[in-house]
Amino acid sequence: MTAIMNIGLNHFLVLSGTLFFIGLFAVLSKKNVIAVLMGLEVMLSSVNINLIAFNRYTSPEILTGNVFAIFVIALAAAEVAVGLALIVAIYRQRKTAEVQDYDLLKW
Amino acid sequence: MEINFSLFSIEIATALLAVIILIIGLMIPKQSRHILGYIIALGLVVIFGFSFRFYGLNTAVIDKMYLVDDFSVFFKQLFLVAAILVILASIRYVNKMNGNFEFYVITIVAALGMMVLVSAGDMLTLYVALETMAISFYILAGYKTDPKSAEAGMKYLILGALSSGILLYGLSLIYGMTGTVIITEIAAKIGLLSGYSPALVVGLVFVLAGLGFKISLIPFQMWTPDVYEGAPTPVTAFLATGSKAASFAVLARLLLIALPAYSRQWQLLVAVLAALTMIIGNLAAIPQTNMKRMLAYSSIGQAGYMITGILAMNQAGVSALSFYSVIYVLATVGAFTVVMTCSTQTDSDEITDYAGLAQRSPLMAAALTIFLLSMAGIPPLAGFTGKLYLFKSIVNQGYLWLVIVGLVMSMVSVYYYLKVAKVMYMNDPVDKTPITIPAEAKITLLLTMIATIFFGIYAQPLSVLAHIAGKALLTF
Repeated sequence: MTAIMNIGLNHFLVLSGTLFFIGLFAVLSKKNVIAVLMGLEVMLSSVNINLIAFNRYTSPEILTGNVFAIFVIALAAAEVAVGLALIVAIYRQRKTAEVQDYDLLKW
Repeated sequence: MEINFSLFSIEIATALLAVIILIIGLMIPKQSRHILGYIIALGLVVIFGFSFRFYGLNTAVIDKMYLVDDFSVFFKQLFLVAAILVILASIRYVNKMNGNFEFYVITIVAALGMMVLVSAGDMLTLYVALETMAISFYILAGYKTDPKSAEAGMKYLILGALSSGILLYGLSLIYGMTGTVIITEIAAKIGLLSGYSPALVVGLVFVLAGLGFKISLIPFQMWTPDVYEGAPTPVTAFLATGSKAASFAVLARLLLIALPAYSRQWQLLVAVLAALTMIIGNLAAIPQTNMKRMLAYSSIGQAGYMITGILAMNQAGVSALSFYSVIYVLATVGAFTVVMTCSTQTDSDEITDYAGLAQRSPLMAAALTIFLLSMAGIPPLAGFTGKLYLFKSIVNQGYLWLVIVGLVMSMVSVYYYLKVAKVMYMNDPVDKTPITIPAEAKITLLLTMIATIFFGIYAQPLSVLAHIAGKALLTF
């Protein structure tokens, strides 16, 4: 019981920071585009944890952070919808969803 | 709470225009949809004329969530001009792309996102507007049914979403440390904090990285050449101008209004990045063989010059940034119009295919030369005046070294710009058939060309407006 009582803002920040870098790592290292999109979602979720934790621990009476998080969720959904549409478009043309096959444009 | 909706009339009119066009486009038969381009251009011209009434208002709406100051009006007009010019230039190009009228609708929505972005008074509005703009551009970049375009859209989406994730993490840290999302109140709240907050510095760096992607600052520039090359050329023109100018405006607002207390940290960072951006952008442009890639690297170099306006941290710097944004938009839209018109005829963007353009289309060759020389900053043209203002604003702030880097890199840029001019004027064309310019594209070309020359010789009207804009950002 005492262990739960001791959870504070810092715990949430560590969690969100860890999630953020896990997401970043997924975006930069995953070979499948869908996994890359999942990495992006993890990054945005870490931001949401941040926003809600800050809201709860700094100004619980004003819900700015919570509202911000809802907007982030909505926009992330829009972004992923476009992303999946593009993946389908590319897959139809080239039968691949692997990042290293997207090589028509490079310097 | 009383909300004065008349302050939003520019945005409401633009959104209505998009919706109306979407409805009309579905009602009229497919073969007559090409008139929608003209209707949109006309509608945007009307909104542009109307927007002059917003100068001097300088008010905030809904608890400072939305700012209607001269700075935002100046940039809104710039986006309207860019949208009008791009839509006019692209009517033929879009007709060739099966005449999908949704193209225009998404373009206006992107413009709407930019307009809200420069007016954003809090970080939530900022993020929503930024995503409106960015998501529209993801769709537009992948609009053409060829593999390159879809790939450009996908690359832009992944890197754009990555950058907005990083930006958002930075914004959440700033929110957490200050307890507010209102940009104008952040500075006061930072003043109340005791001492120096490392979390705020991390937030600041993340915000700079996130917006650095959008303005293609080195080392966040890797998407630029790929997306510029793969995206349909009208989209590239709008992406290179509108999206970049909007991101500069919002970066200026964040750094100068919200985070001036941490200027010692970000000034050093921005100065180093500006120098790197100028050097790498201009040097990487030299070996390019594709016109759109060359213009992409040159636009990276231009971003390096433009960010010096923020670095100056004074009214002269912001005014110079505003002034240069206009000049940059005019020259870039003009240059991409030439690329667009040539590629509808030759199906190629390679610089070698511009051989003998002076014989095939003297107007386009002359126009492209003027735009490129303006970007390089050759004296009688507007780019010179713009660079003069920018460099003048930082030279007395201890950044003489940056000015020298900028001047040297401008000289380097003359080399690759003139290489294109040499191909156009000296080389003989393989195919001697003259290139016809569609009347709409000709309007864009002539307007941008005349403006580029006019503002170079007589910069007064524009510099007065830019002065008002810069003053509004810092005093409001």
